[in-house]
Amino acid sequence: MMKQFIKKNKISLAIIGNFLIFTVLSFLFDYQPGNTIFREHFFQFLKEMIFFLPVMFILIGLGDVWINRDKVEKHIGKDSGLRGIILVILLSMAQVGPLYGAFPVTYLLWKKGASIRNIFIYIGAFCTIKIPMLAFEIGFLGWKFSLLRTAVSIPAIIIIGIVMEKIIGKKDFEIKQP
Amino acid sequence: MQLLIAFAVIAIIISFIADKRKTLDGLKKGMMMFINLLPAIISVLILVSIALFLMPQELIIKYLGEESGITGYIFAATAGSIALIPGIVAYPMAGMLVQSGVGYSVIAVFMTTLMMVGFFTLPIEIKFFGKKVSLIRNLLFFIAALLIGSFISLFY
Repeated sequence: MMKQFIKKNKISLAIIGNFLIFTVLSFLFDYQPGNTIFREHFFQFLKEMIFFLPVMFILIGLGDVWINRDKVEKHIGKDSGLRGIILVILLSMAQVGPLYGAFPVTYLLWKKGASIRNIFIYIGAFCTIKIPMLAFEIGFLGWKFSLLRTAVSIPAIIIIGIVMEKIIGKKDFEIKQP
Repeated sequence: MQLLIAFAVIAIIISFIADKRKTLDGLKKGMMMFINLLPAIISVLILVSIALFLMPQELIIKYLGEESGITGYIFAATAGSIALIPGIVAYPMAGMLVQSGVGYSVIAVFMTTLMMVGFFTLPIEIKFFGKKVSLIRNLLFFIAALLIGSFISLFY
């Protein structure tokens, strides 16, 4: 298993290894750019995700064993229509976190029978109209901007969902478990 | 964040009371996925950190303010696709941009691509959707961002 893990993540592990050496050397020789990259950028990102992601994955794991496939399929599956679209948009609006936190959720949705269209609508809505984000947006850019952007984003993401389904629907598309 | 942790803890407790084995299965599965994805995520964060160092925020703000018209849109869309700025930082930054005279439509393009298109997160996305689908998805959202920006420009 360990061998497989290393083989699958060759490039990533090489990047991490080199960065580690670079950072240690930067600290030892007080090389400013190296210190800045680590302290001001990398460490801040790491702080943001190190609690968030494990929690997220635990919830996905639990969802995997508890969520009933038939129910998901009925509500947001292939034949769920407009109601399915609305449901999946509402679901995504209640989410938090960065884009790469949404992909594992799509894996879960896919496994439980959500349609391709609804999965890509989920991603679109997650990115553009999740509630914590809207709150920030209204605060810094105002109501008018936020309303206009939301009003035009919703049809856009629905159209993209439909297009994605048209493009990949017939092939054996699958969302892989990482 | 605290809310999410509290929610997870409660979910684990309830799940554990309901079915011990199922819960352990679920936790194990979740952690396995996390561990398998961790190298990709960390290496993405490293690359983004280096990119941010080479092209700091002040520079992005400066160029967004200078370019206008179609070039401005394309620049905003490209910058938004490459950048990986968390929302907490991005919105104050957008507010600053507006105050320094950048149009709302350019902001809409920048913010939309920032949230929906992820150049650096592609390696992570590919692990789920595969190469082709990931590229198509990002391309479609890139185009959508430009359209959203043009729509917004009608109102300002």
